[in-house]
Amino acid sequence: MRYAGIDIGSRTIKLAVIENGRLVFSRTSLTSHNPLETAQDLMKGAVFDRIMATGYGRHLIKGHLLCPVISEITAFVRGARFFPTDCGSILDIGGQDTKAISLDTDGRLCKFEMNDRCAAGTGRFLEVMATVLGYTLEEFSAAALSAERAEKINSMCTVFAESEVVSLTSQGAKRNEVALGIHKAIVSRSAGLLKRVAPDGGKIFFAGGVALNDCVRILLENEMKRPVFVPPDPQIVGAIGAALSASEDE
Amino acid sequence: MSDYTQMWSSLGLDLKGHDALLSVLGNAYSEIFLSQKNRPEGMKYFDFVMGEVHGLRIKELMDAKAQGRVVIGSYCVFVPEELVLAVDGVAVGLCAGAEFNFEGAETLLPRNTCSLIKAAFGFKLGKVCPYLEASDVVVGENTCDGKKKAYEILGPLVKDLYVMDLPQTKSEAGKALLKAEYRKFIKKLEKVSGKKVTVASLKKAVETVNAKRMAVKRLAAIRAADPAPISGLDALLVNQVFFHDDPVRFTDSVNKLCDELELRVKNGTGVFPKGTTRLVISGCPMAVPNWKVPVLVESSKAVIVGEESCVGERGSRWLTEVKGNTVDEILDSITDRYFNIDCAVFTPNPSRCDYVKEMKKNLHAQGVIHYSLQFCQPYIMESGPVEKELEKSGIPTLRLETDYSQEDAGQLKTRIEAFVERLKRK
Repeated sequence: MRYAGIDIGSRTIKLAVIENGRLVFSRTSLTSHNPLETAQDLMKGAVFDRIMATGYGRHLIKGHLLCPVISEITAFVRGARFFPTDCGSILDIGGQDTKAISLDTDGRLCKFEMNDRCAAGTGRFLEVMATVLGYTLEEFSAAALSAERAEKINSMCTVFAESEVVSLTSQGAKRNEVALGIHKAIVSRSAGLLKRVAPDGGKIFFAGGVALNDCVRILLENEMKRPVFVPPDPQIVGAIGAALSASEDE
Repeated sequence: MSDYTQMWSSLGLDLKGHDALLSVLGNAYSEIFLSQKNRPEGMKYFDFVMGEVHGLRIKELMDAKAQGRVVIGSYCVFVPEELVLAVDGVAVGLCAGAEFNFEGAETLLPRNTCSLIKAAFGFKLGKVCPYLEASDVVVGENTCDGKKKAYEILGPLVKDLYVMDLPQTKSEAGKALLKAEYRKFIKKLEKVSGKKVTVASLKKAVETVNAKRMAVKRLAAIRAADPAPISGLDALLVNQVFFHDDPVRFTDSVNKLCDELELRVKNGTGVFPKGTTRLVISGCPMAVPNWKVPVLVESSKAVIVGEESCVGERGSRWLTEVKGNTVDEILDSITDRYFNIDCAVFTPNPSRCDYVKEMKKNLHAQGVIHYSLQFCQPYIMESGPVEKELEKSGIPTLRLETDYSQEDAGQLKTRIEAFVERLKRK
């Protein structure tokens, strides 16, 4: 049997297919203005027997496909167990939300916290800030890592932070130092959530698109003083979790 | 439905705004309540009351006024209905549960004011709450700082605002303050009604209100059954109607509903399958038509089996001991009863958390959702320690903070579903 999981996020849609406990296929695509169509395109040609949906758009697909749903939080917990690590907590920073999750000794969901309704300090925040500074996402992380000191960014609101960054650069602040300040701001916010749910949660499983950013990972490790594990493709953890849940749901 | 236009105009309602409100409310009610499966027959009465909440019930208030009875509106469970009934008055809860005319409210209030207070102002400024317009006296009470200061602004906008002070500690001095305030309130009621509070009228009032509270306590106890004989939404509705309906007729209708529910329990029938995840909600009050979180919970494979809230057990779990031979002695008994209320404005307030644990156990719930209205400082501040204490006692707890808008429904749904999934895995 082949089991698929589809994770319909705010910025990207991810599909993963599992067979005999191994990941046999995965695909990622930008969500676009029509997530349902994108999801259908993404599934074209993929072969599977059962599918489960997760992500903020999970209820969207339910009416169009025979497809049970699980919340992203459970999907990440399940997906993290797919990787051979001994993590006690999970941090997922996606396009528009951040989740901090603590696990019990069997790797099951214990407590979780999410950011409030706005996208402050999430992947979208990083994207906007990179654009303001004229970096691609890859350049953005590398530039931040090259800085020797950081400019302090006070606001976590994407709109306010943007004007803060503009005012800093117009005062002659170094671009890479502003970049490091932005990375520090996002890490301190996420670390706050993690410390609240998992004050002694051991190794951190770092997932979501922002986990691709090396600077965030390194700063997180320093801030939490705990090792951080990033899976090979951190964006598809939720989709893998949904696929695994589909296999268990029989 | 009869035509109440004449009555609404005479109350000074803004008919256009009022029509818009009723139409939104009516649609939401059909979608949320009437679409539920296996509803008890006894809920038909409450459907009728909701259908006539701005109609027939207001006509009753107007008829009472024509007979020389006073209508006393209030916003809080610390305002004793017994005292109002003892001068043959009518006590009504005032509208504060919908996001109506918040732009208007924000011309007088800071933006970061809780939805409950904003709603009260939105309704007043928009002239759409017939209960408020029909009230001879509006009673404010010094619970939180938000309400306390808001009443200063509300004062000039209503006919007769009477503010009652409340203690903040469970001390002897606190209790004396509460009794003194109730004594002053009796004076006020006697003055506006022209009637005296007597031993007989007060005793009768205590018995009427006790009977009403006993009926909702009976309903609360029946909800311990699995499968749940009534949805959390319907039970919440009963607790909401508690504040608007005629007390004797309400008591009778709740008891009839309970007869039916007891039969359901005996036959093992319910509104959700046996074994559905059971939750207790604790925190801020949910006034009509604030059904936002219960709708999200009961569409996420869970059922709400109890509300530790002013619109729920915090408002109704204590009865007044019927004793005393003078008005003052009976007032002692009434003060004792109200002094138990464990609102988060009290410091410290340990009995609230103890009672949540008791409810979780008695109602066979698997977890607790702590519900706070954004900017409600007392409950938000208390939510952290309450969550910690509950989790420490092995009770899974989810803390939610929200308002009356629908914009965060998606995020709330994700959290609630994840919480229910967490409980199932146990």
